[in-house]
Amino acid sequence: MNEENLLYSSSHEWVRVTEDEGGKVATIGISAFAVQQLTDLVFMELPEVGREVAAGDEFGEVESVKAVSPMYSPVDGEIIAVNSALPDRLETLGEDPYDQGWIIKVRLTDEASLAKLMDYPTYQKQCSEEG
Amino acid sequence: MPPLAKTPLHDWHVDQGARMVDFAGWSMPVQYRSIVDEHLATRRAAGVFDVSHMARLRFDGSDSAALLDRVLTRRVSDLTPGRIRYSLVTNDQGGILDDVLVYHFQTPSGRQYHLMVVNASNRQKIVRWLEQPLAMAGDVQMQDRTEQTAMISVQGPAAVPIVAGLVPAKVGDLGYYHGVVTEQFGRPCTVSRTGYTGEDGFELIVRAEDAVDVWKNLFRAGRDAGITAAGLGTRDTLRLEAGMPLYGHELSEQIDPYQAGLGFAVNLKDRSFPGRDALVRLKDQPRSLVRVGLELTGRRVAREHDQVLRDGQPVGQVTSGTFSPTLQKPVAMAYVPLSASDPDTPLVVDVRGRPLAARVVPLPFYKRPTG
Repeated sequence: MNEENLLYSSSHEWVRVTEDEGGKVATIGISAFAVQQLTDLVFMELPEVGREVAAGDEFGEVESVKAVSPMYSPVDGEIIAVNSALPDRLETLGEDPYDQGWIIKVRLTDEASLAKLMDYPTYQKQCSEEG
Repeated sequence: MPPLAKTPLHDWHVDQGARMVDFAGWSMPVQYRSIVDEHLATRRAAGVFDVSHMARLRFDGSDSAALLDRVLTRRVSDLTPGRIRYSLVTNDQGGILDDVLVYHFQTPSGRQYHLMVVNASNRQKIVRWLEQPLAMAGDVQMQDRTEQTAMISVQGPAAVPIVAGLVPAKVGDLGYYHGVVTEQFGRPCTVSRTGYTGEDGFELIVRAEDAVDVWKNLFRAGRDAGITAAGLGTRDTLRLEAGMPLYGHELSEQIDPYQAGLGFAVNLKDRSFPGRDALVRLKDQPRSLVRVGLELTGRRVAREHDQVLRDGQPVGQVTSGTFSPTLQKPVAMAYVPLSASDPDTPLVVDVRGRPLAARVVPLPFYKRPTG
């Protein structure tokens, strides 16, 4: 997966939007930059399938040796899948954050929130300012 | 906010890509890459830590030991040259103002002095606390040597051969809590068998202008042994596994030495120091709270200020917690009532609204293999 074609939130989630049976589905993960900043991941909590989320809602948390960080949904919709293998293989987030490291899939109920997300160059700029 | 103080090794840390944080007013490396990697490298081989932020107070003059005896919970006037002692400074109520190491050194030319190493966060407080006793003391001159010197900690099973190869003194023969004034390639240097990781190792004090050279010499000498630069993040996980208290977390002015499990560092017999009378009373009272170790189930980590519950009632608070890289499980230290402090007592920690099962375990969590 090419990270340059993804959308990004200011809280470091990435979003890939695909068409699925007439609707749109957002696959969501956390960026390589975020994984590198967190380091030493030890725990991840995933939400339940079927939960409704609004853009900005906390959907889970990821914990490192040093601190715990909430993960926020960048979109509005219903969670239709979670990567349940991930919490037992957190190293995947570092090795393949944009493909095997996906975290949740959300069927969009509203596409307005997508307009608030950043493209890759804009997100890169934010990372270079934070890093 | 004044600008952060920088140790003589600051630029080296930045060049290595370390993540720098504000620690007690100092810009310090919290990690270079991974806390877990640095932690495990220290347990397996050797980790090198810049601990120059710790305050170094030097006492010269024939009344130095007498002055220190009047402010410390343990006597130091009986320390022969080359010996080091852990002690506390307490206020009149017996609350802990700081935990310190006191060194009695003798230079090769025969000059004797005492050194007190103080937590960075307590430096100003302790310097102020000493003002009055110093004003009343006889022949004592105190100098704050923090800025003129650097302090480097080398810890782990490979620390002894690495340091021993760099200094003429036979530091491999030094006992625990012993130190020596020596030199490294002509640069003055103290070496003490002390540390804060649960490993064997040394702490070196050098002149600020020599710090980078000494640091690089250590890496050259330790490269084949797997020496690693380690940050404050790793220092914290190591000391936590070793069950060692940290000021501002397990220790504070509201905690007395007996609650903290530091009764060994208090000597009341024929002594006079601030807090001594309060400690005489506290010593024989049942402890209201005691410091314990907790092991949690699962992988979620209990953090400082999380509440400890028993039968649904809050009874205590977590003071430090992490995911132990060595044990591969979450561990924490907490203060709980005496009645809940026995090993295996089942407790619950409220971790951000989620009740997690915990049990009391004896400290330390980790003890290095000896042999």
